[in-house]
Amino acid sequence: MRQRRRTWQTLLTTTATLTVAAVALTGCGGTAREAKSAPSAAAAFEGKGPINYVSSRDSSKAANKSIEEWNAAHPEEKVTFIELPDSADQQRQQLIQNAQIKSDTFSVLNLDVVWNSEFAANKWILPLPADAVPTDKMIPGPVNAAKYRDTLYAAPYYTDGALFYFRSDLLKAAGIAAPPKTWDEMKTACKAVLALPEAKGMSCYAGQFDKNEALTVNFSEAVASAGGSIVDADGKPTVNTAEAKKGLNLLVDGFKEGLFPSDAITYLEEQGRRAFQDGKLVFLRNWPFLYSSLSATDGSSKVAGKFGVTSIPGTDGPGVSTLGGRNLAVSPFTKNKATALEFIKFFTSEEQAQKRLALSSRAPVYASLFEDPAVVAKRPFFPTLLKSLSNAQPRPKVVQYGATTKAIQEEAYAAITGKKDTDTALNDMQAKLTELASK
Amino acid sequence: MTISDLRNAATDSGAGTPGATDAVVPGKPKAQRTWRSYSVYLGLALIFAYCLAPFYWMLVSSLRRTADIFDNTLLPAPFSLENYVKVFDGSTMFGQALLNSLIVAGTTTVFALLLGVFAAYAISRLNFRFKSLILGVIIATSMFPGISVVVPLLRLFTDLGWINTYQAMIVPSLSFAIPLAVWNLTTFMKALPFDLEEAAMIDGCTKWQAFRRVLLPLAAPGVFTTAILTFIHSWNEFIIALSMINDPKIQTATVAISKFTGATEFQAPFGEQMAAGVIVTVPLVIMVLIFQRRIVEGLTAGASK
Amino acid sequence: MTTTTAPPAGVQPAPETPKPRRRAQRTAGEGRMAALLLSPTLLVLALVILYPLLSAVHQSLFRAESGLDADGFVTDVDAFVGLANYADLFVGESGRRFLNALGNTTFFTVTTVFLETVLGLCLALAMNRAFRGRSFLRASILVPWAVPTAVSGLLWRWIFQSDGIANTLLGSEILWTAEGNASRAAIIIAEVWKTAPFIGLLVLAGMQVIPAEVYEAARIDGAGWWRQLGSITLPLVKPTLLVAVLFRMLDALRMFDLPFVLVGPGKESVETLSMLAWDESNQLRYGSASAFAVMLFLYVALVAIVFVKVLGADVTGAKELKLISKKSRTKATRTRPIAEQEIAEQKKAEATR
Repeated sequence: MRQRRRTWQTLLTTTATLTVAAVALTGCGGTAREAKSAPSAAAAFEGKGPINYVSSRDSSKAANKSIEEWNAAHPEEKVTFIELPDSADQQRQQLIQNAQIKSDTFSVLNLDVVWNSEFAANKWILPLPADAVPTDKMIPGPVNAAKYRDTLYAAPYYTDGALFYFRSDLLKAAGIAAPPKTWDEMKTACKAVLALPEAKGMSCYAGQFDKNEALTVNFSEAVASAGGSIVDADGKPTVNTAEAKKGLNLLVDGFKEGLFPSDAITYLEEQGRRAFQDGKLVFLRNWPFLYSSLSATDGSSKVAGKFGVTSIPGTDGPGVSTLGGRNLAVSPFTKNKATALEFIKFFTSEEQAQKRLALSSRAPVYASLFEDPAVVAKRPFFPTLLKSLSNAQPRPKVVQYGATTKAIQEEAYAAITGKKDTDTALNDMQAKLTELASK
Repeated sequence: MTISDLRNAATDSGAGTPGATDAVVPGKPKAQRTWRSYSVYLGLALIFAYCLAPFYWMLVSSLRRTADIFDNTLLPAPFSLENYVKVFDGSTMFGQALLNSLIVAGTTTVFALLLGVFAAYAISRLNFRFKSLILGVIIATSMFPGISVVVPLLRLFTDLGWINTYQAMIVPSLSFAIPLAVWNLTTFMKALPFDLEEAAMIDGCTKWQAFRRVLLPLAAPGVFTTAILTFIHSWNEFIIALSMINDPKIQTATVAISKFTGATEFQAPFGEQMAAGVIVTVPLVIMVLIFQRRIVEGLTAGASK
Repeated sequence: MTTTTAPPAGVQPAPETPKPRRRAQRTAGEGRMAALLLSPTLLVLALVILYPLLSAVHQSLFRAESGLDADGFVTDVDAFVGLANYADLFVGESGRRFLNALGNTTFFTVTTVFLETVLGLCLALAMNRAFRGRSFLRASILVPWAVPTAVSGLLWRWIFQSDGIANTLLGSEILWTAEGNASRAAIIIAEVWKTAPFIGLLVLAGMQVIPAEVYEAARIDGAGWWRQLGSITLPLVKPTLLVAVLFRMLDALRMFDLPFVLVGPGKESVETLSMLAWDESNQLRYGSASAFAVMLFLYVALVAIVFVKVLGADVTGAKELKLISKKSRTKATRTRPIAEQEIAEQKKAEATR
């Protein structure tokens, strides 16, 4: 009897101890997100030594080259490349997890432009000294995207803007001299082209309409191209305006009128590329990345030499692109902040950007590089891209970007699939965004 | 019956004496049997096709070039090993990742079986209080959504200094493996008659010997099945391994796969992922081929009477 | 061999206690041994599950009262809100999402587990047959389970693309990855493919311990194949089958990767509770994310309890063990005091030495 009790006592005590320990640990967990201390604008960048650069893999190896060059010159302050998953969601998750436990493993972070506000406001990245990067030589859009409340938090690494791909051969065959600049012109052009016998079975246009970040991009572009905006300068949502309605209607009508192929509702960047590359589309909105695969002459592309690029169409003139790209920032939890800052300066310098251009097709943030004849010879779309980038709009710069983009996708998707009419969808979106902005 | 009798029975049966396997094929009059065997083979072929068709598609896709990865032809044309080369390309350290997966999954399986066998023995053979409660608690641990475990564990393991260690992956994997092992083995041991061990004990075995020489061999199908299922499960674990490990020397294969990148950030590295999928699956199939004899032709109940 | 290898229970000389109460005596030794055998398991589980679970419960009672200060920084002080996070699950927009996810989760669990069970049984019966090349069949049946979930999600996404092989073979233009019933069907097909082998293998193992004599006896009595299946195989594999189904249910209720990769996050027709919990924590609302996780935990627990109670999954062993002990101990134990038996055992052990 006594023995049994003792046995169970031991077991219970062990469990109880574990429970108490666990609760105690949990307690610490709960307070880990205590109120953040006041910011020190010129946060002290101190400490030299080895650091880690955290990013998804660069398949072109251009980033690795830059790091090798740095490591050769700084044997005491070596940079190690910590690779993150390919998926942007998983990258963000890893970055946030490590910020939450204040891990000093992640030193220099490669951030999507849309994460900048969130990371800055939560103090997961440090504000950079005013003179850290030569912002005057950079395209204003990407620089603006790296700022939060007028303070620069990250150094622009590369940028991305929309391009409008068109089938030059078919336009020519239909007797259309110049690519369309507006949606109406595009529709007219489509009518002419699709009447051609060689355009049998083709659709007019596609963007990216699956419920994904890409839909936010396409929606933002449609609204901006119609003269509207998602949030105004003060961050107040403005999607219940006539312009926004006009913008969203471009997409809704596109599906209704059969202008877009019906499976475009499942399109991301890749599916659109394939459809265009296989000759199923006359026009396509996409990023510059597909230029090289479309031009491939190994037989994989049916449109090599038969397409051109220009700015995306608007309602009254050329449309407005949404800005993509990546920035580099310093984690406040790393030990060697001085090295981290120096590395960022080195990595994002014009010299390194130019060197990377030899390997990578990612668009640099230095305007001068777009006009370099040697570069343009290799990447003929660069001048068009620069034009697209020069008036590109960032997606809403809000702290709760995740919830914001989700609300946009939710309502825009409901509208283009016909589940809600445009007005209801936009009113609901406005309500959701207003609620988010008030938090 | 002596222990050596039992042991002989075990080896005999392992060597392939007609066991329950063949007996399950029910006896039938001959005329019906041919008809039945045809339909049975047809059924088997269908099952085979269902299991392998998607895998075949994975294999075919992995053998295409990046440029024609989206073709729907049933054979890769042109045939290319490009994806396999890329998977093992130096910077990915995929070979090392496979080895790490083997270490993590293997250790997990061994520990899960060890602890599972102990616990199942206690539950199925010993009388004590709170038995249902303990079984309930054990299974309750596999009810908590995995994604909610990550952040607290990351915090805990950081405090313990376990980041970038194998145990940071092994211990969480055990949380799935142990409940399965305990529950499954308990069911097995319970199904086995108690008399046999008692007979062995009367013949002079200690409890431990009766357990090791009689009960354990009899439960072999359950043990090996559990081994295969837990091995595969921890072989496929991703989210914990991703969060706890940032050193490529220790990362597992699934994490390595997630880090593959397409030619650009919008292109998913489908071909490489499929090739890696094939590579990761093959060792498991080999392992199953080795172990399956133990599952089906282990000491069957034929020896129990 | 030697007594040193004997477990503590065997060495424990219990007879010192005068006037032993039999049951208590036996339980003392066995309870001690059980505690010894179970504690490592409980220890590991406490470490990896108890702590996160308590942490989640704790977190679910708080809410980040996040706002922005004058400089635009997040000032989130975690405020204690009691059960407000739970109450919020049932009202308004979040309530609608929660109930939708709950419905999806239940729907997927019921359909996939049902289909998996049927298919798993077929697989097990097929694997259990004696025929040439069966080892190859057995290995091939396990291939789907062996493909990593993330890779299989991609594979199926690809198969189900608008211009993928599924539509090509069917000659259809179904949008499997857009909202709607097609996406549900896609999930079910992929999930059943992947996890039916799990049930199949476990049931196969269960079939292996059915004594051949039982079938022989049935055959002599003239029972046909279906009869043997219905009155021997199924009843005898029931305990294993129930364990397999139980574990599949627990897993299906927490389904996450497959809908996430195959159809994508935020799609109402396939959003499960796990995806909802992920989405909340992805938007840094840890309080409600934890509340979702805890609710999911409770739901899974409820389903498990109901399952065990209703289907009589006697997996705790209580019932059968009682039977066994009644049967075996009536001759051995009940007739003589345990102390004597243990002394006898010890003697035997010494004798073997």
